[in-house]
Amino acid sequence: MADEVILLDFWPSPFGVRARIALREKGVEFEYREENLRNKSPLLLQMNPVHKKIPVLIHNGKPVCESMNVVQYIDEAWSDKNPFLPSDPYQRAQARFWVHFIDTKLYEPADKIWSTKGEEQETAKKEYIKALKVLESELGDKPYFGGDNFGFVDIAMTGYYSWFEASEKCGNFSIEPECPTLMASAKRCLQRESVVNSLHDPEEIVAFAFKIRKIYCV
Amino acid sequence: MANEVILLDFWPSMFGMRTRIALREKGVEFEYREEDLRNKSPLLLQMNPIHKKIPVLIHNGKPVCESSIQVQYIDEVWSHKNPILPSDPYQRAQARFWVDFIDKKMYDAQRKVWATKGEEQEASKKEFIELLKTLESELGDKPYFGGDDFGYVDIGLIGFYTWFGAYEKFGNFSIESECPKLIGWAKRCLQRESVAKSLPESEKVTEFVSELRKKFVVE
Repeated sequence: MADEVILLDFWPSPFGVRARIALREKGVEFEYREENLRNKSPLLLQMNPVHKKIPVLIHNGKPVCESMNVVQYIDEAWSDKNPFLPSDPYQRAQARFWVHFIDTKLYEPADKIWSTKGEEQETAKKEYIKALKVLESELGDKPYFGGDNFGFVDIAMTGYYSWFEASEKCGNFSIEPECPTLMASAKRCLQRESVVNSLHDPEEIVAFAFKIRKIYCV
Repeated sequence: MANEVILLDFWPSMFGMRTRIALREKGVEFEYREEDLRNKSPLLLQMNPIHKKIPVLIHNGKPVCESSIQVQYIDEVWSHKNPILPSDPYQRAQARFWVDFIDKKMYDAQRKVWATKGEEQEASKKEFIELLKTLESELGDKPYFGGDDFGYVDIGLIGFYTWFGAYEKFGNFSIESECPKLIGWAKRCLQRESVAKSLPESEKVTEFVSELRKKFVVE
């Protein structure tokens, strides 16, 4: 039986991007469905009744929710190529730790950079850079967080990399002088075929960020 | 080479309880070390420099941090008995989803039940009961969240049960009357040796919370 894979998503979402990249890394054919987040589809509400959020992966009619949970599922369901997680349990635990760090320490500051101004935004920028520096220290000299190979942590970060330019423009700051080696890894990730095919132009994301900034940041 | 397993922990922590249970499920010998959270040990600060939190699992000198990550690690290293996560990728994704739900929603919600009063507390109680009902609905008629077998989600949630007495006392409500199936599930889990040995007495937790509450609430 052929696999039916549907992804409910929203084009600028740094979380949706992770699922798209993961599917393309595995060469999985999928149907991308754009959601209007101000008018969520009955399918989205049915498939993710608990959080009502995208991305939702629907594999042969069964939903998987939460972006990094989706990425892990993709890794396990299509385990024949491009493994995202290392095979050693300790290395896997380390990868999961860093994804947890990314999802708990970057989310709020990144959000506040585009949605606030003044002192609140300044604080958010500082927190964001501080967290990025911790990540840069973990990256060290490696081309990717996964070592020589693009992996689980890189997929998680690429969502945020896709918003770097938007964050910089909204916050009027530059990430590269603060985190040069992280930026080099980001550029490497952003050039990957699976990533290029999963992202809109950075200018479109920047334009989107400014559009929503007008709504949230009076 | 023998395995050296140390767990840096704090007795009332519902997160530390997860790791204790997982180690016992696998029959792993480990050294439990109690941390004083107002005076964290150099070892804790060295092994978890990023978050400085318990529990920290130290396996042959190498640290694993974050309770749900520790439980997954224990499941993968000691994979020969009592599997904690199911083998099917879809079932695994479901189990991870629910532990992620517990991690994201339960801690803050339960804290507000005992650390506030008045209107804020009333609102917090409602929110907390909603969460428990969502979990109870997911449990359904199954003996455990994983089905017939005790597993990842059960381990993820059971520690909170030792705090139920505190929520009921300070929130002045009955969890059993709202979520009877969940209480039934908790009692079933407590019959398991790994759980019974890993959970403190509910009364002790309530006493602990009582002291803690004094810092947040002026009665």
